[in-house]
Amino acid sequence: MADLTVNGPAGPRPKKRFSRANIFLYGTLIVVSMYYLLPLYVMIVTSLKGMPEIRMGNVFGPPMEITFQPWVKAWSEACTGLDCTGLSKGFWNSVQILIPSVVLSIAIASVNGYALSLWKFKGSEVFFTILIIGAFIPYQTMLYPIVIILREIGLMGDLGGLVLVHTVFGMPILTLLFRNYFASVPEELFKAARVDGAGFWQIYFQIMLPMALPIFVVAIILQVTGIWNDFLFGVIYTKPATYPMTVQLNNIVNSVQGIKEYNVNMAATLLTGLVPLVIYFASGKLFVRGIAAGAVKG
Amino acid sequence: MSYSVEIKKLDLAFGAVKVLQGLDLNINEGEFLVLLGSSGCGKSTLLNCIAGLLEITNGQIFIKGENVTWAEPSERGIGMVFQSYALYPQMTVKGNLSFGLKNAKVPKAEIEKRVARAAEILQIGPLLDRKPGALSGGQRQRVAIGRALVRDVDVFLFDEPLSNLDAKLRVDLRVELKRLHNQLQNTMIYVTHDQVEAMTLADRIAVMKGGAIMQLGTPDEIYNRPRNLYVADFIGSPSMNFLEGHLEGGSFKVDDMIMPMTGYDFAAPQTADRPAVIGIRPEHVVTGELVRNAPLRYSVDVDLVEPMGSDTLVYAKLGQHLFRIRMDGQATVKAGETLEVGIDPSRASLFDKATEDRL
Repeated sequence: MADLTVNGPAGPRPKKRFSRANIFLYGTLIVVSMYYLLPLYVMIVTSLKGMPEIRMGNVFGPPMEITFQPWVKAWSEACTGLDCTGLSKGFWNSVQILIPSVVLSIAIASVNGYALSLWKFKGSEVFFTILIIGAFIPYQTMLYPIVIILREIGLMGDLGGLVLVHTVFGMPILTLLFRNYFASVPEELFKAARVDGAGFWQIYFQIMLPMALPIFVVAIILQVTGIWNDFLFGVIYTKPATYPMTVQLNNIVNSVQGIKEYNVNMAATLLTGLVPLVIYFASGKLFVRGIAAGAVKG
Repeated sequence: MSYSVEIKKLDLAFGAVKVLQGLDLNINEGEFLVLLGSSGCGKSTLLNCIAGLLEITNGQIFIKGENVTWAEPSERGIGMVFQSYALYPQMTVKGNLSFGLKNAKVPKAEIEKRVARAAEILQIGPLLDRKPGALSGGQRQRVAIGRALVRDVDVFLFDEPLSNLDAKLRVDLRVELKRLHNQLQNTMIYVTHDQVEAMTLADRIAVMKGGAIMQLGTPDEIYNRPRNLYVADFIGSPSMNFLEGHLEGGSFKVDDMIMPMTGYDFAAPQTADRPAVIGIRPEHVVTGELVRNAPLRYSVDVDLVEPMGSDTLVYAKLGQHLFRIRMDGQATVKAGETLEVGIDPSRASLFDKATEDRL
């Protein structure tokens, strides 16, 4: 039998909490996160202060008297020109743009990606290449042609027009995302389904869709943040009545008449950034998993 | 005679690359046919053509006398089992088994009946409510077989179904497959690169190379009368000993050795002398007491001995040539010794050196 009183270490490895490597590692992390979190902190505390307190100039100090008045004002009372309805209208406009754009673009792109990876047809590679080139052309070059197109089909200034633009511009990257994901699905699975008599849509809905949930989450996050944060298309293809939240925010923050209400501006900015932030926090884990799942093969 | 599967002049090309060319193959009712070859020989491609998963360039495919050349895979009366099992991961075993039947709009009661029958045959009854992720490799492959079974098809197609399993399980499932074939009496076409699987399972083997069938025959024919050098070399482990020499007046001459080919069954009467290759299987070389009765006797120098338990593999020199001999596991040969061996020319194979065809 082996002697149990052997020489050398036994039991758990001793931990060195304050080793040089740890101090360096955590030190760097703390400094970097401070760098990014400080502006957020300033925004939050400023949005909770009243104007007299802000004028005192203590930017980093916590509010002596917490007030939610700036938030209320940013939401429903802030003025852009003569219109004093705050961000709320922009918020609902953004929601009306966001939901159809995300649903439509993902629905189409996922079918695109599915067809391009599994139902290859003559010229499908060429088609895919052309689509991908779209991802490398700067948006700015296409702004005016799209204005003409929207004018001709009568959607200029309409929310529907913006939905169309977002759907089209999401297509290249989303198709690439879905194609690569479906290309990583074992081909034999697809063959088995065909032997089992399933057609194009049956395989898509019954076999592929349930397997592709992680990549759908990735696509949703990309689209929600992208479309919600969009300013350029929003300001060009809509009119004041249909301005999305980002454009409304810009107008509030940049209005020049009267005094600059820093607290209201901060509150308005935080309100606008809330939707993407919530999406990130709610689906952070799935997001990472989906990105990795799509990236391994393809 | 009616065939279960008939393939006529099948061509398949991917662009300029011709994968299969003018391939003819007839498979009998209830036959177990194995497509055997090394990777890239076109065996899986041929199977996919039969299944309808690859569109062929030219030719015809008949299943049960019906021209299915352009039919959808599901309309051909075939079931297919894949190497990677290819089970639908989000469905239970039962869902996997019934998916094809639901697509074919089979009534619910009938689905239940067929699933129950398949589960009984394959002994996967207790697994019906599990997802594939919770099954072992062997169980998964059983479910995959079941998926073909429930569809009540005429022809089963197997694409290297045992390759992903570990060695012991592979042997077990191989036996089960053979039993299943005896029980069902369906036509089965089975693709493998494993010659043991081919020899044990097949009624007939088609040895493939470069998109063409090198030889189609019973395992016995393939083993004992290989039609060309490729088949002779491919079948058998350790592989055949090949000696290059000349065939002159019914005797094979290699260096200064003369082997009279008495008793050898020539494919055609040999008139002209020609360069030739003789193939002798390591297990057909006799040693010890048996040498006395062998038609041809030689002394070889033992180079290396590999004891394998059941057998002993001896690497020796016959003249200048490497010569492998398969001996009993109890043999006590040592490297450096001289060994008396006997060869029976009637069990050897002769090939034309130029055409590589059997003489």
